[in-house]
Amino acid sequence: MLERGYYGQFGGAFLPEALVATFEELEAAFRQAKADPAFWQEYVDLMSSYSCRPTPVTYAENLTRHFGGARIYIKREDLNHTGAHKANNVMGQGLLVKRMGKRRVIAETGAGQHGVATATMAAKFGFECTIYMGQVDVARQRPNVFWMERLGATVVSVREGSRTLKDAINEAFRDWVSTMDTTHYVLGTACGPHPFPTMVTYFQSIVGREARQQIVKAAGKLPDRVYACVGGGSNAMGIFSGFLDDTEVGLVGVEAGGRGLQSGQHAARLCSEDASIGVAQGYKTYFLQDRDGQMNETHSVAAGLDYVGVSPILADLAERRRVRFEAATDREVIDALALTVRKEGIIPALESSHAFAQAFKEAPHLPKDAVILINQSGRGDKDIFTIADAFEDPSWKEFIIAKAEAYRAGS
Amino acid sequence: MLEAEIRRRKRDRDILLMTHIVLGYPDFDTSRRLVEQMVLAGVDLMELQIPFSEPMADGPVILHANQKALAGGATVDRCLELTSRLTREFPISFLFMTYFNIAFVRGVDLFAREMAQAGVRGAIVADLPFEEGEPLLAAMEREQLDPIFVFTPSSRPERMARIAERAKGLVYCAARKGVTGSATDFDALDGYLQRCRGATDLPLALGFGVKAREDVAAITGKVEIAVVGSETIRVLEQGGVEAVRPFLESLR
Repeated sequence: MLERGYYGQFGGAFLPEALVATFEELEAAFRQAKADPAFWQEYVDLMSSYSCRPTPVTYAENLTRHFGGARIYIKREDLNHTGAHKANNVMGQGLLVKRMGKRRVIAETGAGQHGVATATMAAKFGFECTIYMGQVDVARQRPNVFWMERLGATVVSVREGSRTLKDAINEAFRDWVSTMDTTHYVLGTACGPHPFPTMVTYFQSIVGREARQQIVKAAGKLPDRVYACVGGGSNAMGIFSGFLDDTEVGLVGVEAGGRGLQSGQHAARLCSEDASIGVAQGYKTYFLQDRDGQMNETHSVAAGLDYVGVSPILADLAERRRVRFEAATDREVIDALALTVRKEGIIPALESSHAFAQAFKEAPHLPKDAVILINQSGRGDKDIFTIADAFEDPSWKEFIIAKAEAYRAGS
Repeated sequence: MLEAEIRRRKRDRDILLMTHIVLGYPDFDTSRRLVEQMVLAGVDLMELQIPFSEPMADGPVILHANQKALAGGATVDRCLELTSRLTREFPISFLFMTYFNIAFVRGVDLFAREMAQAGVRGAIVADLPFEEGEPLLAAMEREQLDPIFVFTPSSRPERMARIAERAKGLVYCAARKGVTGSATDFDALDGYLQRCRGATDLPLALGFGVKAREDVAAITGKVEIAVVGSETIRVLEQGGVEAVRPFLESLR
């Protein structure tokens, strides 16, 4: 019997009957793996030899001086193989797939990070791999599609609905319903039906476990505040899980404020009036939906935060006021990114830059002996096309135009 | 009562036909005309789907119809309104089919009352397993609406038994794993249908992939009801409303 996976009033497993048996199997496999200490060790070993774990914590000395308030530290998930915290979850689920004896993996992807990470894992473990990606995202994230295909994955462009992340998730479930005997669905974030929120959090908790030890060593104390961006919520759950029991540590989740919370064009579920509790994609949480319960379109400069729902675990932590939620607008995010690159020589992804933006708003108002920790969930340099567009960089545009002309002349 | 109505109709027929439409697809006027054609074609029961933006259990044809209906301005209010007219106008049993969020956001008590007022006999809520369903199921029971549950080939016997404890009216048997609207091997069904029969005394409706006279013939005598879902939508899309009645009449 499936355990229902509730966090307060959020979560659950709202599944069509056709998926129930699959989820029971997954839940059992995950429970067994979790109970086996060798499994976690195997995971840590894999991540230290194939990715860059433990990722370091960096003291941002120049930013600290710039703001003149709290000491700023950065947890460097950008240094993972494939460039983001996504690798943690994916490699962990990959080990679980091996234990379950399945041969094929499928995944949804928005920006393409999770798709690239899954295709990488599939290449390493020799799994067949299909990635579902909204047609809009395929069009704007070509470099990631390129790598997924090089890595051997089939990328399916989803033409239904808003043709973005949520539609890719629906399509992945549709695939899974008919292929569950051979296939595992590598859900990319701490959302979806039980056991995904708890399972993804379990693998991502490696971030928080490391970070707690590292910050105590580097700063001599626990941080006063920890900042993480929140799309589905996996990097936030990863780092927060290291500090949940330390009630003196303030946890701050930063959502996509898009063009402003009043504009209707954002993806803020836990800090805006526009969201309400609903049930979709198999779980109960806050969704950006209309009065009939139909999902609305969302907007963010960061594709990875552009999603209608949010982890049910975070919805509960918000309700219990253990995590405070804020929003950063596209403009604030681009400014924070530019400043971080300039001051520290570190290039955060647009998603991660939301956490930086909020931390920068608060750091100057904190005393000099205060310590804040920002989770840099991913690196931005490989998203050069997106970031150059966000900066509206004129010489980049010229370069692309010249490149296009050269291709045209050559063909 | 839905079950009694099914048994009464079944006395004159070898097998009953249940069809599926998405309310508001392609528009509400066509929905009404479609239902009329279906009733003229002798359809015994009908599922009326209230469209939802994330229909995870539906295949591409019905998914597309959901999205078109919403884009065309289908709201829950308009679906309830049309349904009230349909149930007064046509002497067959209607069921709602939808996803849980539609009921949840509206409030399960209000939604159950509105379903009853609209005159349907029950509802299939595609993403609501009984474990999550208590508040809605209780509200439906107060309104004497039958909750229709689904069996699939992957449902284990113990689970079928637990579903059967809560099911009323009929049990919907998915003919195969997978979403609505693709192919099924009807010959391999016997063992599965025996398990379904063993789990419940309710009439069985077999759906997913029924699209031709041979399919209906193959399951006649094995289940009480054949469900024709995606295929009617395909016929509508290719031949218009007029093509639906001849298609349905050709099935049995």
